[in-house]
Parts: sequence; structure tokens; C-alpha cells
Amino acid sequence: MRAVISVVGRDRVGILAMISNICAGANANVIEVTQSVLQEFFVMMMVIDISGMNCGLADLRRQLEENSMGMKIHVMHEDIFNSMHRI
Amino acid sequence: MLNTKDIMETITMIQEENLDIRTITMGISLLDCSDRDIDHSCEKVYKKILRCAKNLVAAGDEIEQQYGIPIINKRISVTPIAILAGASGGDPINYALTLEKAARDVGVNFIGGYSALVHKGFSSGDLDLIESIPRALTETECVCSSVNIGSTKSGINMDAVGLMGRVVRKTAELTANRQCIGAAKLVIFCNAPEDNPFMAGAFHGPGEPDCVINVGVSGPGVVRAALAKAGKDWDLTRIADIIKKTAFKITRMGQLVGSEASARLGVPFGIVDLSLAPTPAIGDSVAYILEEIGLESCGACGTTAALAMLNDAVKKGGVMASSNVGGLSGAFIPVSEDAGMVAAAANGSLTIEKLEAMTAVCSVGLDMIVIPGDTTAEVISGIIADEAAIGMINSKTTAVRLIPAIGKKEGEVLEFGGLLGGGPVMKVNNSSPAVMIARGGRIPAPIQSLNN
Repeated sequence: MRAVISVVGRDRVGILAMISNICAGANANVIEVTQSVLQEFFVMMMVIDISGMNCGLADLRRQLEENSMGMKIHVMHEDIFNSMHRI
Repeated sequence: MLNTKDIMETITMIQEENLDIRTITMGISLLDCSDRDIDHSCEKVYKKILRCAKNLVAAGDEIEQQYGIPIINKRISVTPIAILAGASGGDPINYALTLEKAARDVGVNFIGGYSALVHKGFSSGDLDLIESIPRALTETECVCSSVNIGSTKSGINMDAVGLMGRVVRKTAELTANRQCIGAAKLVIFCNAPEDNPFMAGAFHGPGEPDCVINVGVSGPGVVRAALAKAGKDWDLTRIADIIKKTAFKITRMGQLVGSEASARLGVPFGIVDLSLAPTPAIGDSVAYILEEIGLESCGACGTTAALAMLNDAVKKGGVMASSNVGGLSGAFIPVSEDAGMVAAAANGSLTIEKLEAMTAVCSVGLDMIVIPGDTTAEVISGIIADEAAIGMINSKTTAVRLIPAIGKKEGEVLEFGGLLGGGPVMKVNNSSPAVMIARGGRIPAPIQSLNN
């Protein structure tokens, strides 16, 4: 079971580290990361494996939002994307 | 596989374009709560609703948290209460008060089904219930009521039509000091669907199973945003295609949420109702979609054609996305709940006559329309009869939800607040149909009903 974390905002030091730490704390394995920095803006998508997570997805979302460093962070279960974008 | 573009698109739809699950509605059959003693019956009703729905709100909240999809409302629909009132006798208001208490205790914001099905004629319980509607909707907050007065198979019950004109007026009068809100909770139908999850017309039809979860999705903002990205010179075939594809995605979300709710609550999944249902929020308007298609203002010539295309494209896109599509499914045009419609009505571009034409090609009828406070009951009955005729002849659902603004005239405004919005008092043709309405009887079923 997987989830997607998306992060959008102004680039600064430590974003990737912050998110990875929280995921590690929740025992969520990071499977894939895509990121780009366009001028001063930072966009990142991270696919994580939540099957072994030691807390709920809502908890993870809350932790990320509390440490958001001014970024917009969304966490969504992969089922939404699977259901919406495939016939 | 998951790709970045899809992910961003989904996030934008939810965060910026107001994509949401408008309602999860649990349909509960009360047929087994019927009893010759009205107090016993009410007790059974209360217990059954609590038993079935006690986890509804919690499950909705959990799904919202898990998936990050907003679920705006959790609601309940029940068997038309006239059926129980017919078995028990007594004052049907007792049922309304029981439904109100059950709704509050379970935590839902509306409970629909204070209803009667009288399309062929009145039976035991129907008249008592209908006559109690004004009081029931005044004394409760959460209860919604509906009456089905016609169908393609049975014709139109003109006695009921005459009666409902008076009931609408009375309901508005009794709540005149609360913006006539009673009338906003009453819908008069022709060809009412048994599984509609949207209020105020939701009820759990007698043909439905014991308990079921129905989902209403919505996303006019998403459709408009998708069209805004199209070129102004793209032809209508391509436009219809964009709407279809967008409706597919929206409905898939409803299917996902419905299946999850059904699994968590241990209740069968009924249907997804893929209706573009506007809210007063900025950007969440069906009228703006029509204007994006290329009309200067909703109500302009061309509106009916644009709406026909929109309604059809929504259905085509949605049908592939779900195992079971039902309810009303199409595009809604509730005037007070749609910021674009309110603006068009206020500037005179949108009239009741145009709205009547639009109801022939979309999924509801004359909905949430504020009319002058001195409109007579006969004229209201005439409007109901007209809508019913459109539904009956075209084998579709039509409905009327009019709010007579007691004490106000054309040009003034009623504000309900919240999802019900507010709107200007619209002009009504006051020539009297009183003689026709007084005739009563039944308009016979049309020849298209003989399709065996």
C-alpha cells in the first residue's frame, strides 16, 4: 500500500531531510522521489510504502503539516490516483 | 504507474477547484418499523436509525482523513413516512420529531423521507402526512420532505398538485420569520428516483434493500477549470469530450469513497449519483460552466443547448467510472445555491421561463427559486403541473422547490446562508390557472408509457 507526498513551495535547505525523517520515524519506506527546482520554487513528489507504517495516514499528514517549513504539503493514498486516472 | 502530472491534477482538483464528495447518504428501510400503535412505531424507527447509522459520521470522517478527500455531508434517507403513517394512524408529526431526534443523535445534518408517493392517487396515510408537512418542517431543522405527484407510467395526480400549491405556501408562511426556510426543505417530484442521495428530495424507495450507502459527488469547479484551459475556438465535440473525461475522474472518486464507506460500515454499496451540484462558494457554479462554454450570461439564448450538452457529457463520462450509477445524475440548476445563477437572475438575464426550458434537458427541475410572497397557491400549482408535464412526457425526473418570499416582492432578496445560499425574488406570470387547478382529477399517463 502506497501513498504520495507532494510538496510545493519556495526552495530552502532541509526540506527533503525533514520529510525523510518524519517518514523514517513513521516506518514508511521511501520508494521513489521526483523533484524539480524552477527558479526559486521547489516541487517534490515522494511515493512511500505505508504498509508497515507505525501510525495512521492522518497522523503522518498532521506531522508533516506541523513541520511544513512554509511549504504546501499534501499526503494522499495511492487509491485516489489509481481510481481516477485509469480506465 | 503514478505519474507527476496526474498527481498534480488530482491535488489541484481537490485543493483549488472544490472537488469533493458532496454527500454520503445512508438509505434505511423503515418498513419493518411499521406498527398499529404510532408510539411503538416511532420507537422502532428511532432504534433502527441509531443501530444502522451510529457509525456513519465517524466512518465518513475516517475516510476523509485516510484519503484526503473532503466529504461535505453525511445524511440519511428513509422509507416514505406516509407508508408507516398509513399503518399506524395518529399524528404524523410524531414521526417527524422522531426523525429529527435520531438525526441529531447520530450527527447527520439532514434526514430525508418525510414523504408520500401519490402519483396515481392517495392511499391511507398520504393525506395526513401531506397536510402535516408545513408544521413538520417548521418544528424541525433536519427533516426534509418530498411528494411524488406524477410519473410517466401513472400520469399526473392533479388533486395532489392543487394540494401541494397550498402546502408550499403554508410552509413558507409558517417560517416567514426564518427566511421562509421551511419551503427550502420540501420538493415536489414527477418520476422521483428511489435512490437519490441529495436533499431535500432524498427518500429510500420501497424497492430498495434494507440498508444501503449512496454517494453524491460533485465538482462544477473542476469542470469549469478544465474548460477554461481549452482554446476559445475548440469545437463543441472537443468541449463535450473534455467534460466527459473530467466527469469520469470525478465519478471514480465517488466510487472509491462509496466502496470504502460500504466496506467500513458493513452495508451494501448502492449507487454513485454523478450530479454536478453547485454551492455558493466561488468557482463552484454550473452557470459559470455554461458561460465558459461561451455564453455572455447564463439565461442567454443558447443556454438550453449548452446545458443539454453538459448534462449528457457528464452522464457519459460518469457511467464508465462506476459499477452503479443512479439517483439524479446530471447537472443541477438550483438558483440560490449557484453564484452564477444568482447573478444572472439579479441582472434579469435568467428568467423562470428560461429555467423551465432548461429543466427539460438537465437532471432536476425548478430548484431553490425564490418567488414573490403574494404568489397564489393556484399559480404555484400551475408551475408544479408544468414541471410534472415536462417530466412525464420526456420520461425523466423533474421537481419543484419554490420558496415564496412572504412579505417580499420581485427584486428583493432572501438569504438562507450556508449551502442553501440566497437569491433574488424572481418574476412569476400571475395570470390565474385557478379554474384548471380546481378541476383536479388525473392527467392520464401518456402513450409513451405503453412501451411493453
